[in-house]
Amino acid sequence: MATVQVSEAEKVYILHGIRDDLRVDGRGCEDYRHMEIETDVVSNTDGSAKVTLGHTAVLVGIKADIGKPRPLVPNEGYLEFFVDCSANATPEFEGRGGEELGTELSNTLYKVFNNKHSVDLKSLCICPGEHCWVLYVDVLLLQCDGNLYDAISIAIKAALFNTKIPRVRISTDEEGGKEIELSDDPYDCMRLNVENVPCIVTLCKVGHRHVVDATLQEKACSVASLIISVTHKGTVTCTRKVGGGSLDSESIFEMTEAGKRVGKALHAPLMNVLQQEEHLGKKKQKVGFLG
Amino acid sequence: MAGLELLSDQGYRLDGRKATELRKVQARMGVFAQADGSAYLEQGNTKALAVVYGPHEMRGSRSRTLHDRALINCQYSMATFSTAERKRRPHGDRKSTEMSLHLKQTFEAAVMTQLYPRSQIDIYVKILQSDGGNYSTCVNAATLAVIDAGIPMRDYVCACTVGFVDETPLADLCYAEESGGVSSLALALLPRGGQIALLQMDARLHQDHLETLIEAAMTACKGVSKVLDEVVRQHLQEVSVLTGE
Repeated sequence: MATVQVSEAEKVYILHGIRDDLRVDGRGCEDYRHMEIETDVVSNTDGSAKVTLGHTAVLVGIKADIGKPRPLVPNEGYLEFFVDCSANATPEFEGRGGEELGTELSNTLYKVFNNKHSVDLKSLCICPGEHCWVLYVDVLLLQCDGNLYDAISIAIKAALFNTKIPRVRISTDEEGGKEIELSDDPYDCMRLNVENVPCIVTLCKVGHRHVVDATLQEKACSVASLIISVTHKGTVTCTRKVGGGSLDSESIFEMTEAGKRVGKALHAPLMNVLQQEEHLGKKKQKVGFLG
Repeated sequence: MAGLELLSDQGYRLDGRKATELRKVQARMGVFAQADGSAYLEQGNTKALAVVYGPHEMRGSRSRTLHDRALINCQYSMATFSTAERKRRPHGDRKSTEMSLHLKQTFEAAVMTQLYPRSQIDIYVKILQSDGGNYSTCVNAATLAVIDAGIPMRDYVCACTVGFVDETPLADLCYAEESGGVSSLALALLPRGGQIALLQMDARLHQDHLETLIEAAMTACKGVSKVLDEVVRQHLQEVSVLTGE
């Protein structure tokens, strides 16, 4: 991630502010920055979303392809994640510089979605053991200003909501081989149920308190962070501690509780916004990056 | 017989344009606050995002420092979802490296590098959606980003890809036309002086047609430069209103 240099005096200032529940930009410890979400930004994908969280900008594109199901689970489709930390975010990501961060982010995403309930994988099956839908979720990092995990998970949820998978019909031809026919009607598609898709909340420990949605400056003052992915019911699908410092078990319990609370509260407004955007339908103004 | 489909008898192309008509160009400067300069440009369905960092101190190998001018470093990459078939690696393949070198060559001709000795200017372009004319869209977006970064240039750099079908030059090719076996030529132009920064063609074309094709490309580029100029003036107006001048 792009590093920012913070002096000792600034660190003390930030620490004291957080101790009194007042961050540098006036937010409370559990408040998010201004967030903007737009779906259907890239037209040749099956689903896409762009999320701007403060200065962090993330673009997610989902492409659905027909592939062979995994041998252990023949009647399920699967998701493939790829995170591209582009040089747009910071010159350090040029060439292969962004690969390390990208691999870390995509590995965490695999862990977050590695359960039976987040996405209904059985609905992605076309023909058990032979054909299934593979959803390639490609995340493009455009600007880095802290809190990448949260922005990425919100963008993935929005993009999955926006994904339209064409309906297929399987017909058997004369020799007994199976033929897959895609429906001709571009509007005849299957949508995914994203109710149980988790959102990731990153909590950074600064001093004795923890903050949600830390900026790069606050991250520079923190010793360690906890990443927790929460569904709308409050179920936790993945927890990870990141950062070089150490956390005591009391802090971890406290942060987990706070993470569950914040994460649970994030889902309802997000689904509201997505459904409102969906209802606008043709009247929606396509803004993308032009606004 | 590809020519029959690409240009109908009434003179209409696959997407309904006339032979010399460009696709709709929409652009916006200053898209990202953290970069020194940034721009987003759409040419029809091709969308490109350009970001400029610099001029700043040389990063990495100090041995590449040029004592009398700035080093321009470009990277061209495509988003994995930008093409119809998902692309597995965003950059690092031969095509992207070649495009990066072309962009570097183009901008070395236009940017006044002698004003910034021993420094480096980074230009990163990302294609978000690819529908033909990738190189031209990149150059146009990068021009706007360099202007947004406040780096002095000799002139706008405008690029266009043109093809030759049925004795007619077609301006601003889309993907269907490019892959339909049309001899295509990419040209980057500095419009005021009519100077060509980059000319690239790797198809078969009769020598007699070359001049017509280059003329058509130059006219198309001049058309693009008018649009880019409009965008820059509008952006300046918006920014000066905000700062209260």
